[in-house]
Amino acid sequence: MIRSEILRDIAPTLRDHLVICNIGLPSQELHMIDDQPTNFYMLGTMGLSSSIGLGVALAQDKTVISIDGDGSVLTNFGTLPTIANNVADNYILLIIDNGSYGSTGDQPTYAGKKTSLAAVARACGCENVVECQAKDTGEVLQNAINSKKMTIIVCKCDSGNIKVPVITKDPVVIRDRFMTAVQS
Amino acid sequence: MSISTRIVADLVANSVEFVTTVPCKQLAGVIDEIEACDDIYHIPSNKEDEGMGLCAGAYMGGKRPAIIMQNTAIGVTVNTLVTLTQYYRMPLPMLISYRGELREPVACQVEMAVHTKALLNQLNIPTYHFHTQDDVNELDAILKYTFMCNKPVAILTDASFWGGYGDQ
Repeated sequence: MIRSEILRDIAPTLRDHLVICNIGLPSQELHMIDDQPTNFYMLGTMGLSSSIGLGVALAQDKTVISIDGDGSVLTNFGTLPTIANNVADNYILLIIDNGSYGSTGDQPTYAGKKTSLAAVARACGCENVVECQAKDTGEVLQNAINSKKMTIIVCKCDSGNIKVPVITKDPVVIRDRFMTAVQS
Repeated sequence: MSISTRIVADLVANSVEFVTTVPCKQLAGVIDEIEACDDIYHIPSNKEDEGMGLCAGAYMGGKRPAIIMQNTAIGVTVNTLVTLTQYYRMPLPMLISYRGELREPVACQVEMAVHTKALLNQLNIPTYHFHTQDDVNELDAILKYTFMCNKPVAILTDASFWGGYGDQ
């Protein structure tokens, strides 16, 4: 399974929650598959999906799911100790780990080689870390939501992209409708 | 009231409830006051762009954020300021230790100091420079201005404002 297939699979679960979606193809794919006001699409700023999601989770009570990639977590590695030491039980970090920088031409990442993001997350002090195969993502995600415990999910999947249009929504519109959804 | 106490009181009076910090010797007193303050959630960051991501999230979650960092961070965070904070029009007061100004003992700090205001100017970031202790009287108005216009705003605090570096 590739990332877009996983997103299609978990879209019915995601739509009930606040979602911060990673820059590039992940946001474009989620936007095409199931655009929701509860989705915050990152149009720039690689690496900060997990940080933005943690900020939202710490500021209010609704469940927040940050969809991140292995390359983006590697870019912002300092996020994992911050997450571990600032526990928000309404926060789930879903790392879709396809071992490649998908949006830039599928260059390999170190997470697809020797580096285990699940092991790094545990070493940073994250208490609930689940590594799963792509086909099990929906079940693992639902279990994490139900547990009401901060959870890091590392979903191992194949690399590969589909053709998707870019997001042309104005960033302030994306932000404003997301904030309205937070407050509703 | 110490300057650090005054600064944190102004943050609280302006409903700033979420503050991320990166360590700084000059700002150590403010960081201690923030950690001790019951009205503020203090979340240290490992890097300033990470901190700006946390602040963006907190703002969208309904809490007013602020970041405390050194001016070297301007070099680190240009992309984040432009593509996140400014692009999505989010407010962010940035209380910045302005290293490399008069009374600075470490020569390398000057190298970033000479670029700090030019970079902030290039990024169209409203910038205030606290040089004498009375300048702190403007902080309340600067915070109100920041949350009125939904922009990142820089408050540069130099060594003269903080009373020097001990024996310098």
